[in-house]
Amino acid sequence: MRKMIEGSRAVAEAVGLCRPEVISAYPITPQTHIVEELSQIVADGELEAEYVLVESEHSAASVCLGAVAAGSRSYSATTSQGMLLMIEVLYNIAGMRLPLVITGVNRAVSAPLNIWNDQQDTMAVRDTGWLQLYAEDNQECLDMHIQAYKISEDDRVLLPVMVCMDGFILTHTYESVDMPTQEQVDAFLPRYNPLYKLDPADPYTLGAYVGPEMYHEVRYAIHRDCLGAKEVVKEVARDFRAAFGRWAGDVIETYQCDDAEVVFVAMGSVVGTLKEWVDHRRAAGDKVGVLKLRCYRPFPAEELVAALSRAKRVIVLEKAVSMGGYGIVAAELRAALYGHADVPVACAVAGLGGRDVTMGTVDEMYNRAKAGEADFFAGLRTEVLQES
Amino acid sequence: MSATASRRKPPLGIVTRPGTSLRNKTGSWGITRPVFDWNKCTGCNTCETICPEGCIRHLEKKQYEADSEYCKGCGMCAAACPAKAITMSTEHR
Amino acid sequence: MATQPFTYELSRGFLPGHRACAGCGQAAAVRVVMEVVGPQCIVTNATGCLEVFSTPYPETAWGVPWIHSLFENQAAVASGIEAALKRQGKLDQIRVLAFGGDGATIDIGFGALSGMFERGHDVLYVCMDNEAYMNTGVQRSGSTPYAASTTTSPAGRASFGEDRPKKDLPAIAAAHGIPYVAVASISYFADLRRKVKRALDIRGAKYLQVHVPCPPGWGYDEKDSMEVGRLAVECGLYPLVEWESGEVVRVRKIQKIPVEDYLKVQRRFRHLMRGEAGKAKIAEIQAVADANIKRYGLTD
Repeated sequence: MRKMIEGSRAVAEAVGLCRPEVISAYPITPQTHIVEELSQIVADGELEAEYVLVESEHSAASVCLGAVAAGSRSYSATTSQGMLLMIEVLYNIAGMRLPLVITGVNRAVSAPLNIWNDQQDTMAVRDTGWLQLYAEDNQECLDMHIQAYKISEDDRVLLPVMVCMDGFILTHTYESVDMPTQEQVDAFLPRYNPLYKLDPADPYTLGAYVGPEMYHEVRYAIHRDCLGAKEVVKEVARDFRAAFGRWAGDVIETYQCDDAEVVFVAMGSVVGTLKEWVDHRRAAGDKVGVLKLRCYRPFPAEELVAALSRAKRVIVLEKAVSMGGYGIVAAELRAALYGHADVPVACAVAGLGGRDVTMGTVDEMYNRAKAGEADFFAGLRTEVLQES
Repeated sequence: MSATASRRKPPLGIVTRPGTSLRNKTGSWGITRPVFDWNKCTGCNTCETICPEGCIRHLEKKQYEADSEYCKGCGMCAAACPAKAITMSTEHR
Repeated sequence: MATQPFTYELSRGFLPGHRACAGCGQAAAVRVVMEVVGPQCIVTNATGCLEVFSTPYPETAWGVPWIHSLFENQAAVASGIEAALKRQGKLDQIRVLAFGGDGATIDIGFGALSGMFERGHDVLYVCMDNEAYMNTGVQRSGSTPYAASTTTSPAGRASFGEDRPKKDLPAIAAAHGIPYVAVASISYFADLRRKVKRALDIRGAKYLQVHVPCPPGWGYDEKDSMEVGRLAVECGLYPLVEWESGEVVRVRKIQKIPVEDYLKVQRRFRHLMRGEAGKAKIAEIQAVADANIKRYGLTD
């Protein structure tokens, strides 16, 4: 059914349709509207779930861990400082191979304190074993949550999935979305059927400590299964298209890339801006394109290489930076291309802390990359920097 | 596991079947082992209750014995026995 | 000399073959607790002695469903399990237990514990109090008693050991107004059993703190765990109190012996046994015991 609703509301409704039995959350801007909307959905009896309003994000993730281990599908959402606070638990959930979906609303991290959008927070947890999907718009975001549960609970995966959506830009924006019905979601997403759970009828020990003689292999198995999850991400995207008639890409989505000489690579809502820019440039005769990196973990190296090998130049727009290193996605992309295609990859850090990425910013990135700059921050206010 | 044959095994290193510690025979740890004087025993059950290993049992009331496979020889039973009916001995190991 | 082979059913909950030190008060206490709880339960366990000595993969001493997550989040994990069971309609049949040491409960897990109490989850939280971070080598915790020597609050030429009082977590738990809070000791196992049973008869958040002597950490011969625990209670340093909904409802009366009788049998207090300065410290500790006795009416 078509509705004009806020992105947060769309996510809350979609999550409700997935029938989580336990929800646990701690409020933090700009995730708040999601958890508030879910609270109202539960309070109005539209979803029967235990809603555990915890005293910290560390506990929110821990409540979900316990609930999933006991056999109940669960959900949480967080951002920024909350994401960082629960890092320890995120590693634990992935390490214990517990299926779970969390919305990672993307927001800048302190210090300094900043509540606006960038992707530093979810970049900080990229090593945990969680799958990461980045949504371009609110329709894709709500659809992603439904797909995420299916991916996560698949026996070939058994890893948690983080659905990343840009704070304020998506969470607080009203867009027209097509919300599925409960029947449609039930047909697509069956009840959670745990492979193992905490149950006196069949008791197990979960979370024993593992010594050097086996930890290496356990971690290898997680990595191997995380890489293998790529095929499940693609499969579920295809199944979703068949069931709901919508497609937003699987691990990547390309826009005007087939004959593009310069391709931008980015994640999240900024892809929409880049598509707009591409349209303008194409009208002026420039052969440009944009590649949406939809699934960041596992990193779809093969698909990226196949899509980008013919380009003359790639520019990665990053909304995060590895301090003292530089670009994160750019570094991984350069590594993926190495030995396969000799395409220069520029890294342009933009939009940190909610700084607007405008057509002008993209022009700047395009021009500086063409001039041969490899790693730079776009849109810096040099007059401010003079003081530092 | 009640899973059907078509489902996979649990991922490596995550799940342990219950009670597998029984294969670890901690009886090799100790130097002494308790000797129970059934004539002095009052049947209070203190020894069976407080043994950290849980390896003391009673056959009948006032007839207690320890499992040499798991007894670590700590001597808590002997020290706690109100009737002084237990002595720790090296002879019976 | 066994007549028939010993058998150990999973329904005991906690089986032999674990790697606890010989004479471990905590292992004894866990057995007492699990005997009362029975097999219809789910146990969560913080990182610490109990978790480590009971579950070196692929061995586990647990016969019931058991999960270890992290150091500070057992109260939250237990909350999640409780919420799931509630949703599944199984909370009446399956009891949720959380075990944590004093470090996990009183220090690093304090926030999650308080949250669990505040939300009133139907969970019995059992703190095994051996008064230091024993698993990692006897470092001080908020529960380490005044003047005890630990590896991070060692007695030395310029120090008398731990210089802070023991954090009174039972009173803090009671201040949350939860339905049941009790302090117990392995040395009084019948009393401990009764308290576990009482807790399980009550729905809501329950806190049980059990004093569990530790031979290597406290410095006494492993056979004497029961006696050392008894001395701690009888001198007034470990009052066995019960609260219901924030009010004291019962205390265990004591003989009242001098604290020195308790301190002198442990190596962690040996530095107090010489010199005038040591005597002065013992007097301060006696004052703590006297204050407990007065506050809770442990004599008369």
